[in-house]
Amino acid sequence: MLVKDASDKIGLKLLAGVAGVGKELTGAYMCDLLSWVMSHGKKGDAWITVQTHSNIIAVAALLELSCIIVPEDIEVPEDTLRKAEEEGIAIFQSSLSTYGLAKELYRMGIE
Amino acid sequence: MEFAVDFHIHSALSPCGDEDMTPNNIVNMALLKGLDIIAVTDHNSCSNLPAVMEAARENGLMVIPGMEVQTKEEVHILCLFKRMEGAMKFAEIVYNSLPDIKNNEEIFGRQLVFNRLDEVIAKEDKLLLSSTVLSVNDVFVLVRGLGGICIPAHVDRQGFSIITNLGFIPPNLKVKTIEISKKLNPADAFKKYPFLSKFNYIISSDAHYLQDISEREFFIELDCLSVSELFHKLDGLY
Repeated sequence: MLVKDASDKIGLKLLAGVAGVGKELTGAYMCDLLSWVMSHGKKGDAWITVQTHSNIIAVAALLELSCIIVPEDIEVPEDTLRKAEEEGIAIFQSSLSTYGLAKELYRMGIE
Repeated sequence: MEFAVDFHIHSALSPCGDEDMTPNNIVNMALLKGLDIIAVTDHNSCSNLPAVMEAARENGLMVIPGMEVQTKEEVHILCLFKRMEGAMKFAEIVYNSLPDIKNNEEIFGRQLVFNRLDEVIAKEDKLLLSSTVLSVNDVFVLVRGLGGICIPAHVDRQGFSIITNLGFIPPNLKVKTIEISKKLNPADAFKKYPFLSKFNYIISSDAHYLQDISEREFFIELDCLSVSELFHKLDGLY
């Protein structure tokens, strides 16, 4: 499934990194400790996190994650969005909780 | 000259700090242990610093005003200030950016504020063990603007460390000095995290009990015992 198809179905709000919406979304990962994500996330994962520091973009680029989804309408700072744009990492915002987002992804066949 | 330092000590204001961690007890224990410079760094507050500084003046110990702030990313950063004014201004900003959660004394312990005679003059009701709304970036900008320096605390630990929470030390912060926890010796820390070797480091106690305050075990090389010399050193200027 493509990132843009998943985002359309769940109704995610794209904040930055439009260049990344054509990537293949093959899995999902949920964690807020970036060191943990760096050692456990997998290529193609959609990453749901409440961390909004610009380091999240570097981690997503490093692991070739498919996109980042920030839950519960958390505001994302400008420098993070700028980095997302530079790196072509799609970053979305959603009013759903992490669990709510996980359920949506699961329903779409991301298992 | 080498000076023995401990820049990470909690008073009884930190809910996890033992109630024997009063201003005079801390200062006198530091003197007994033969330390040359200490910093008292409570969680998200500087309310015991006036009493600590007075006790230090009376007993002849150099104390640097400090705080261990918890950023919104749940990263702990030691903030040291050249002057009390900077520390107290920062404390006001931090206090106003803490969520309004009441301390539960049974779970977290009492948060005591002392006068110079070690008498309890107030109890802090707001829980100090929570994250401010300030980001790591905000903290670095604010502290530098107030004549202070930021030292990411216990970077090798699993909890509340900049490396654990943010994956790596953001280069834009221009960090000069880090704190390595006492549990790891520097050689092991650099082996585990090779990129740390480019920073200056300090090892301090993170003492919550009097007996845990450092002995003469970690030293800083300075030409003389002066605040500006120390900050130059910690700021990596020489």
